[in-house]
Amino acid sequence: MAIVVNRPKLTFAEKCYLPSIFAGLAITWKHLKRALFNKGIVTMQYPEEKWDANLPEWYRGAPTLVVDENGREKCVSCQLCEFICPPRAITIKPMEIPENDKWRKVEKRPEEFDIDMARCIYCGLCEEVCPEEAIFLRKDYSITGLNRAEMVHDKKTLYKLGGVMKGLTFKWNELK
Amino acid sequence: MDTALILHFLTLPLVFLIWTTFLKTFILLNVVLGVVSVTVFAERKVSAFIQDRTGPNRVGIPMTLIGGKKDIPLWGLGQMIADPVKLLTKENFVPAGVNKFFFWLAPKLVLLPPLLVLAVLPFGSSLFGVEMTIANVNVGVLFIFAVTSLSVYGITIAGWASNSKFPFIGGIRSSSQMISYELSLGLSIIPIFMVCGTLNINEIVDWQIKNGWLVAPYWPHGFSLDQLLHPKDLLHSLVAGFSGERVLLWIPMMVSFVIFLVSIFAETNRLPFDLPEAEQELVGGYHTEYSSMNFASFFLGEYAAMFAGSGAIVSIFLGGWSLPIIPDGSHGWVWGLVNIGTWFAKVSVILLFMIWIRWTLPRFRYDQLMKLGWLGFFPIALFNIFLTAIILAVVHH
Repeated sequence: MAIVVNRPKLTFAEKCYLPSIFAGLAITWKHLKRALFNKGIVTMQYPEEKWDANLPEWYRGAPTLVVDENGREKCVSCQLCEFICPPRAITIKPMEIPENDKWRKVEKRPEEFDIDMARCIYCGLCEEVCPEEAIFLRKDYSITGLNRAEMVHDKKTLYKLGGVMKGLTFKWNELK
Repeated sequence: MDTALILHFLTLPLVFLIWTTFLKTFILLNVVLGVVSVTVFAERKVSAFIQDRTGPNRVGIPMTLIGGKKDIPLWGLGQMIADPVKLLTKENFVPAGVNKFFFWLAPKLVLLPPLLVLAVLPFGSSLFGVEMTIANVNVGVLFIFAVTSLSVYGITIAGWASNSKFPFIGGIRSSSQMISYELSLGLSIIPIFMVCGTLNINEIVDWQIKNGWLVAPYWPHGFSLDQLLHPKDLLHSLVAGFSGERVLLWIPMMVSFVIFLVSIFAETNRLPFDLPEAEQELVGGYHTEYSSMNFASFFLGEYAAMFAGSGAIVSIFLGGWSLPIIPDGSHGWVWGLVNIGTWFAKVSVILLFMIWIRWTLPRFRYDQLMKLGWLGFFPIALFNIFLTAIILAVVHH
């Protein structure tokens, strides 16, 4: 069925544009005048002012690795994140934990863990797939580098960014 | 050769005319192209303020480049230099498949007409006895129309030579926009000729000095600096300035002014009539395929056209370089400079008005623009001519 769109009957003032043009000019003039005295400006001067404190809890920034409260690397290098990563930004080189190590029971940990931030799309799949809850997307968003090599986060950087994550998995607790 | 002989040679009438004209041209060209740069900056700043932003506020004196600790932002004024430097140093990319000759010709054709218009605009009274008009020609206003309508060729050629659909549509739009506006632009000015009786812009300005600005309904008669000391004379001149003819003529003059102003917006491709550019629909329109200095020429052309258009508005309707009470350049070079300053100040106000309008109004739809030109302004401008004629006939008999 055809829909009849009722065109509103315009008055002469509306038809000849002019009153609304003047109304518009008045509004923009008001804003111009206010901004001239540095009032009402809503933008933020980015590097000096940041919105970091207001980032939401679920914000997906740079992926990082975490250690637990005992200082143990949570990653067991199962490589699930490496396989699921859509842009293939993650490269893991696993290693066996030596016999005399405190965490021998865990058996494996990454020898190298690289995330190419030039490739990362911040999708958060690595965080979701991780069975050990070892990789988290933190709130860092300003990842810069002067070349491709600088954009690769190695294991050291990742742990530095990630820090300690308490609780959650007790799978490798000796007492359990 | 001794200095006396050189001085004598330089003051020969023809030689004097030639070198002063060259000097005026050189200075005016440099000043105007500088003003263009300032206008671009003003455009960015004003648009930012209107939209509650800060605008460019970082580029100032780069102290860190020469070993300083901190840059001096200087309210972003350095942007005026940074923008042209960026455009100059970019690669001038010419896409494959363009018509090279016309592709290179088009930017020059856009830039040239507005600069030519400056030749006939009286930007001051006189300085050391030299008239502050580059060319005082009798066909002044006609010259402006003839030259400004040429800039549409540059845009159309750019659209066609780019061998790309969006620039092409932009070029086509520009030409039909020109047809719908040029008519009312020309017709709107005819009442001014009828009132002033001349096409010479200098004489139109002189008429306005004597009889008051064309947009004013009332003007004190023979108002001067000395009268301020004699209240009786002042009162007399204030009363004598009132005349029925002036009040009646004010109506067609205002109509002319509004039509001329709007047509100048269309002529200079400014919003709300920037259909050839229309970046949201046409990816930048006629200059989509241009880069570097070729693009900058279009940019310069647009702003120079704004300047020339504002200059025309000021000279024809707003009394040119004159202000009430302020004497002209024959009373001393200081007043000559004041007159030049007045002209540039008036032009700046119109430029700011253009920027203000741009960031207020949305773009007209294509058919709305044609309708406004053909069914709105064209009949009104025609009617306006007859109205002026009737008023003049009634008053003078």
